[in-house]
Amino acid sequence: MPSILVVEDSPTMRQLISFAMRRIPGSKVIEATDGVDALKKLSAEKADIILADINMPVMDGLKLVSLVRGSSEFRDIPIIIITTEGAEEDREKAMALGADAYLSKPIQTQELINLVTHQLDKR
Amino acid sequence: MDKDKEPGILKKADEFLQIFKKGEEFTRNLLKENEDLRFRIAELEEAHAQGSNAAKIRNYEDHIKMLEDERESLKERFRKVETENRDFAQKYVLVAEENNNLANMYVASYQLHSTLDYEEVLKIVLEIIINLIGAKKFSVMLIDKKLEKLESIASEGIGMDNTAKIPVDKGVIGEVVREGKSYFSDESIHTESEDPAKPIVCISLKIKEHVIGVIAIYSFLNHKTGFSNVDYELFNLLAGHAATAIFSSRLYIRSEREFTTIQNFLELLKGKPTQ
Repeated sequence: MPSILVVEDSPTMRQLISFAMRRIPGSKVIEATDGVDALKKLSAEKADIILADINMPVMDGLKLVSLVRGSSEFRDIPIIIITTEGAEEDREKAMALGADAYLSKPIQTQELINLVTHQLDKR
Repeated sequence: MDKDKEPGILKKADEFLQIFKKGEEFTRNLLKENEDLRFRIAELEEAHAQGSNAAKIRNYEDHIKMLEDERESLKERFRKVETENRDFAQKYVLVAEENNNLANMYVASYQLHSTLDYEEVLKIVLEIIINLIGAKKFSVMLIDKKLEKLESIASEGIGMDNTAKIPVDKGVIGEVVREGKSYFSDESIHTESEDPAKPIVCISLKIKEHVIGVIAIYSFLNHKTGFSNVDYELFNLLAGHAATAIFSSRLYIRSEREFTTIQNFLELLKGKPTQ
């Protein structure tokens, strides 16, 4: 049963992504509102994949990617970054820090499901 | 006496010889007949063998035909199943797409009605327009009845001053306000309009048939290739739900304000010394 951590500060986007992720058979969705919240959730629950927005308050997506990749416990968890158009620099930074894939808003739900399934299958 | 016996012996010998000759002839006849019979048997055996092979061949031919018929029937069934599978796959894709669209619509309407905080409602409207529709430059405007102009209450990528005070009776926006029907330009989705009065898409914000404002979109994100069904559904949803959410949150603010005023007034009355 894949456990998917959705890190997004916008309630609309968070709900939308969680809805899409629940369509992956047997999946369990954990929601976090920012990087710090995501790290707390990671310590409490096992996650098989992380979907994270870049622009978030408290701790942004880039810092989260860097901390997850630097951790011996979580470094192997695939990370998909969700960016806005025109944020190429952030996207490149995220990929350089160790993100596995990225997706631009507005998100095509099926594309997101396919990308997450592909990353989970690769493990 | 021996002489008398001699002719008798000769005669018997002759008789014996005759019998022997007959025996020999009989034996020869038997051998001939035997040979004929063997030949006949051989002939019959060959005929039988040939007849049996022909029957076998007929059997094999029948079997092959039956197998070929079966193969054809299986191929036909396989073709049918394949077509059915393709149909199911197409239906699955459509159902999945419909599910995604419904999820988007649900989330949008749920979020729009999740709060009565005016600022939060505006933030949610902006999020839906940016993240679900994929607009880059747009403005949310409400009608100012006194001034008969549209007033920008939120915008993205375009300054609110640029869209301030657009007349409600002129141009594309004026038509949307008058008719209550959303406008979609014939131009490409990647056209970028610089004129605040000429949006690419203009959605009327309606409460029932009463237009309270518009959402004017001037450009879309580059990776948006065109409008899909869900975009039109979201435009419709925004037309109704965003309008009621904005309207009710404004009413709520006003009622809160009035409630506070009345409460203060009552407090004042209570505190006022009786004459």
